[in-house]
Amino acid sequence: MRNTWTIFQKEIKSYFSSPIAYGLMAFFALISGYFFYVYVAIFVQRGMESQMMGRPQPMDVNEWVVRPVLMNISVIGLFLIPMITMRLFAEEKRSGTIELLVTSPIQDLEIILGKWFAALTLYAAILGLSALNLAMLFMYGKPDWRPLVVGYLGLLLQGGCLLAIGTFISTTSKNQIIAGTGTFAISLLLWVLDWVSSYGTEAWAKVVGYLSVVAHFEPFSKGVIDSKDVVFFISMIFLGLFLTARSMESLRWRS
Amino acid sequence: MIKVEGLTKRYARTTAVDNISFEVQKGQIVGFLGPNGAGKTTTMRCLTCFMPPTSGSATVAGFDVLEQPMEVKKRIGYLPETPPLYPDMEVVEYLTFVGRLKGLSGNDLTRRVGEVSERCAVADVSKKLIAKLSKGYRQRVGLAQAIIHNPDVLILDEPTSGLDPKQINETRDLIRSLAGDHTIILSTHILPEVEQICEQVIIIAKGKVVATDTVHNLTNRLRGVEAVAVEVEPRSGVLDAGAVQSRLEQVSGVSRVILKDSKDGRHLFEAESLQGKTIRGDLARSIVESGWNLYELRPVALSLEEVFLSLTSTDIEVPSGAVAE
Repeated sequence: MRNTWTIFQKEIKSYFSSPIAYGLMAFFALISGYFFYVYVAIFVQRGMESQMMGRPQPMDVNEWVVRPVLMNISVIGLFLIPMITMRLFAEEKRSGTIELLVTSPIQDLEIILGKWFAALTLYAAILGLSALNLAMLFMYGKPDWRPLVVGYLGLLLQGGCLLAIGTFISTTSKNQIIAGTGTFAISLLLWVLDWVSSYGTEAWAKVVGYLSVVAHFEPFSKGVIDSKDVVFFISMIFLGLFLTARSMESLRWRS
Repeated sequence: MIKVEGLTKRYARTTAVDNISFEVQKGQIVGFLGPNGAGKTTTMRCLTCFMPPTSGSATVAGFDVLEQPMEVKKRIGYLPETPPLYPDMEVVEYLTFVGRLKGLSGNDLTRRVGEVSERCAVADVSKKLIAKLSKGYRQRVGLAQAIIHNPDVLILDEPTSGLDPKQINETRDLIRSLAGDHTIILSTHILPEVEQICEQVIIIAKGKVVATDTVHNLTNRLRGVEAVAVEVEPRSGVLDAGAVQSRLEQVSGVSRVILKDSKDGRHLFEAESLQGKTIRGDLARSIVESGWNLYELRPVALSLEEVFLSLTSTDIEVPSGAVAE
C-alpha cells in the first residue's frame, strides 16, 4: 500500500512536471468546450423556436445537453487515454529505470496499481474540466444532478478500463509511440465494435457488440446504472491489470 | 555473503551464462572481469533478482534469489550499467523516492538522503534537475541511489564506463571507500581498475568462469615467468635477425623469443622464460659470446592484461579502448 502510494506520487509528479498533463487538459478543454457550446446553442435555438411558434414544447436540458455532451466526452476519452498510458512502462523500459523498480523490495502489483491509479487520477482531473462547463447549466437552469453524477461515474469506469488496457500495452514496448498507437487502435476497435454489431442480429454480432466500450457507457449517459455494464467495466479493468502483471513477469524471463 | 552455484541462464538461442559457481566473502571487493558479452551483466541481473536463472542457484546473505527475492532485494544495492535515473526529478527528490522504495521513511529517510549525498559528493547539486547533470554527477547519483538503504551487498555494473579519467578516479576512490561496510561486486572490462580496486577477481569469458583468484595471485601466476626485452646491435656490418633469434632460443630456460622491431640495424626481441627460471644473465652472455653488442636489456612486466588475454583466449575480441586504458 505504502509502495503503491510512493509510485503513485512519482507518476503524478512526472505527469505534471512535463507538458503532458497540461497539453492533454488544454486539448480536452478545447474540444469538450466546443461540443458543450454547440449543444447549448442548439438547445437555446430550439427553445426560441418553440416559443415563437406559440406552442411551447417540454425542454429537457438533461436529454438535450447533458447526455450528448457526456457521449461526446466518452469518445474524446478514447483519444486521450493512449496519450496518458503510453509512457507508463515504455519509458521506464527505454531509460532502464525499470531495473530500479524491479530490483527494489516491492511487488509488481504495487508498481502496476500505483501507475494505474495515477493515470486514472490524471484522467479524472481532465474530466473535471468538462464538469466546469456542465456546472454552468445549474446557474441558468435546473437540470437533474443525478444523471450527471452517474454519467461521470460511467466515464471513470470506462476510462479505468481503457487505461488498464493501455497500461498493459505500454509494458509490451520500449517505444512510447508504438505503445500509444497500439492502445489507440484497440480503443478505437472497442468503440467501432458497436457499429458492427448493429448490422446483424446473429449470436456473433451480439458477442462483438457486448465488447463495445461505448455501448456499455451509453446507459450511464442516460443516468442508468446497470449492473451488467458495471460488471463489464470492472472485469475489463481486472483483465487489463492482470495482463500487465503477466507481461511484467514475462519481461523478466525473456529480457 | 554471496554464493553462486551452477548458475545458468539461457535465452532463446544463446546461453549467456553457463554453469558458473563462485563465492564472495563478507566485506570483500570482487571484480568481475571479462570482455563485453561475456555474461557479466546477466550474472548480476540474476543476483539482483531482475531475472531468474534458468538453472542453478544463487544466495545473497543466506537468502535464495528464487525463493525469497524480497529478502534479497532488501539487502542489495544495484547500479545497472546505465544509472536508473529520472531526468525530470531533482537529485534530492530522486534519492528520497528511491529511499522510500527501499523501505526507508520519516527522519531516517531524510538523514540517509543527506548522508549519501555527502558521501557521493552530490550534495552541491541536490536541488538540480537530473537532466542537467554531467555524466560524472549522474554516475555518483546512481551510486548514492545504490547505497541509500545501507545494503549489505553492492552490485555495480561497469561503474566507470563512459566517464573521463578524472571522474574515473573519483568514482574508484568512492567505491574503495565503500568497502568494509559493504560487500561489493563490480563488473568491468577495464583491467587496471580491477588491479586498483579489487581484492579478488573472477574472470569470465563466454559465460564461463575461467579463473577465480586474488588479484595478487593472478598477476603472480604468470609473473613466475620472466619476460625480457633484448635489443641486439651488430659490432660491424649487417646482422641477420633470424640468426640472433635462433641463438637466443638456444639459451637454457628460454621458452620463446619474438622479434618485435628492427631499426637502424638493431633488432628488438622479447624473450620469455620457462616457469621459475631467470634468463637475463644467460641471455646477455650468449649475445656477447656470439660477437654482437648488447644494446639494451630490460625486464618487461606481464600485466594483468596479458593474464586476462591469455585466459580469455585469443578468439575473443577485447575492445581496444579497454586495453589502452
